Amino acid sequence: MPVISYREALRAAMREELQRDEKVVLMGEEVAQFNGAYKVTEGLLKEFGPKRVVDTPISEAGFIGLGIGASMLGIRPVMELMFWSFSYVAFDQIVNNAGNIRYMSGGLINCPIVIRGPANGGTNVGATHSHTPEAILASHPGIKVVCPATPYDAKGLMKAAIRDNDPVYVMENTILYNDKGEVPDEDYIVPLGVADVKRTGTDLTIVAHGRAVITSLKAAEILEQEHGVSVEVVDLRSIRPLDEETVLASVRKTHRVLLVEENKPFCGVDAQVAYLIQSKAFDELDAPIHRVSSIDAPQIYCKRLEDQQLPNPARVVAEALKVLA
Amino acid sequence: MAKPAVLTHPESLKRPAGPSEYAKHPVNAALSKKEKVALYTKMARIRHFEQRCIRVYQQGKIGGFLHLYVGQEAVAAGTISLLGKHDHLITGYRDHGHALMVGMGMNECMAELTGKVTGCSQGKGGSMHYFAPDKNYWGGHGIVGGQAPLGTGLAYAVKYMGLKGSCLAYMGDGAVNQGAVHEAYNLAALWDLPVIFVVENNGYSMGTSQERSTAHPGCLAKRAEGYGMDWDVINGHDVYEVRAKTSEALKRAHEESRPTVLEIFTYRYYGHSMADPDKTYRDKEEIKEYREQKDPVFLFEKELLAEKVLTPEQVQAINEAAMAEADEAAAFADASPDPTVADITKHIYWEEDNRGPQTTSRGTIIFE
Ligand SMILES: Cc1ncc(C[n+]2csc(CCOP(=O)(O)OP(=O)(O)O)c2C)c(N)n1
Ligand SMILES: [Mg+2]
Repeated sequence: MPVISYREALRAAMREELQRDEKVVLMGEEVAQFNGAYKVTEGLLKEFGPKRVVDTPISEAGFIGLGIGASMLGIRPVMELMFWSFSYVAFDQIVNNAGNIRYMSGGLINCPIVIRGPANGGTNVGATHSHTPEAILASHPGIKVVCPATPYDAKGLMKAAIRDNDPVYVMENTILYNDKGEVPDEDYIVPLGVADVKRTGTDLTIVAHGRAVITSLKAAEILEQEHGVSVEVVDLRSIRPLDEETVLASVRKTHRVLLVEENKPFCGVDAQVAYLIQSKAFDELDAPIHRVSSIDAPQIYCKRLEDQQLPNPARVVAEALKVLA
Repeated sequence: MAKPAVLTHPESLKRPAGPSEYAKHPVNAALSKKEKVALYTKMARIRHFEQRCIRVYQQGKIGGFLHLYVGQEAVAAGTISLLGKHDHLITGYRDHGHALMVGMGMNECMAELTGKVTGCSQGKGGSMHYFAPDKNYWGGHGIVGGQAPLGTGLAYAVKYMGLKGSCLAYMGDGAVNQGAVHEAYNLAALWDLPVIFVVENNGYSMGTSQERSTAHPGCLAKRAEGYGMDWDVINGHDVYEVRAKTSEALKRAHEESRPTVLEIFTYRYYGHSMADPDKTYRDKEEIKEYREQKDPVFLFEKELLAEKVLTPEQVQAINEAAMAEADEAAAFADASPDPTVADITKHIYWEEDNRGPQTTSRGTIIFE
């Protein structure tokens, strides 16, 4: 199977969908002539031309809203946000319009739009550019949110998102863009709402999404090597819809749970997952659920400190040992 | 794409750069020799500070984004040199020039870039988020256009307090397409606020030329007309012209409490940020032409040499001193410590940092 990067996997998904469906349009700042601020859309203008791959001004509320409007008439826009942090200037469009129109029209209208871009800290760019809004957005019924952690999932989830008839927000990660992995050339999708057990184990379940999965896999290796602990890592992949059964099955197997995510702790994705586990598998638990999130503060600029603020393998190992104690 | 019928450029930009036509404007004529030398010195300091930043970045000591102001110095220098006690300013992420102009030190600025606790924001803000409220400098803002309403609000506060002052709100040519900017324009005009929107038009927003980003029949400043605001266009390579025309906007703010949009034509020599390879969207020739023929620091130097305000020896001494100062700032940043993990959760809430009998709220506010 070809080994390609997370970035190339996203690009492959968009290219295949542009080929498959004429209604698919890519839009965003610098996506066309500049080939993308992070080169995710590199070469697509050349291949598909300016009708399908469109540069926008720095007007997120305007062009995201425009994309939502176009989707109401059946266009399938795939909108790039240079950073999900910039979605905040388009919040009304993203939440109030895309999220509510189907409901308020009694099901008459739907918004098959994809909004994608990186949503991560860890790149030394300070508080305004380091937001991770998956929990905020997933808290709105009407919206779907996915967070791929690997190249395989990036391609499969992106394709599923583009074919989906609801608004799907894809949160990528600039730190993962260069990660490589096996990705089939052929058409496949990763359905929204299906978690993936990225590592099997028997003593502890770690539930994570996005780059926290990669961090957790590193921590699992250390726990195995240095502490003889067998860790299962469940990658949610999709935040809403959420694959409750895969999480619960793992809990029934290991009876101990650590939740890891790069969000700030207050009402993170882990809050929902912890509620799920205690409500549907309370008797399975041999210890309280613990979590590792980002230290609760706006993102610090200083890189050395930001690496401490985010979950890292050392913090995950330390917290895992508490759950196992 | 619709092309503008006529570009409204400042008259002086249509001719090859020569001696400034604005040298005799009252605000410039009023400058003493010493003040002129000080202005030149500040421009040279901005230039050398940023060129030193490039090296620190290349050494891997600055990460993230670093947006350089090199080429645009006359904009910050000209406008800020006019400001008085009740005049405030706020800008975007290309904020180092403004910082040095208001009197922030190279040390605190450099240490911020390397994330040290001795930085102006204690290593918490970085390059895009410098602040010095004691110098009426309200940042340093990373979200394009987000500062425009804030600047309007600063002007509102100045007026509310009955002070004769203003706020200069700077933004780029790409920022004018943010909704927040238009909402700010409307509020400023509707409520007669003493704000001056300074559009630093360097021709590009990242890799997008201004023509590709903006529908504009003429120039960006002209959008002011839609809101009944005054506007002007300025040659940003000539610090005297910047001062002359900005002084009129300031007068309007101070005396009539009316807003203005100033579009200042300028140019950045380096990529959008250090991360931009700057290879695809503009000609090397174009950069060369600006550097060689319109360099604002060099043009002012020529001006002052011709006026006999400066001698070549003084020019050399000023530049050497600025370079030495930048070297010292780099050494200072190197020698400074990082913030600590405990520092991460400081400065989030005023109340948490000022717990005492006067604080009233209860409950958990920082979560584990
Ligand atoms: C809301 C928002 N969208 C996008 C960005 C990314 N971005 C940062 S600077 C920039 C270009 C701005 O160009 P311009 O306004 O001309 O200012 P210049 O960089 O030329 O000084 C872009 C797109 C951002 N910081 N904020
Ligand atoms: Mg610009």
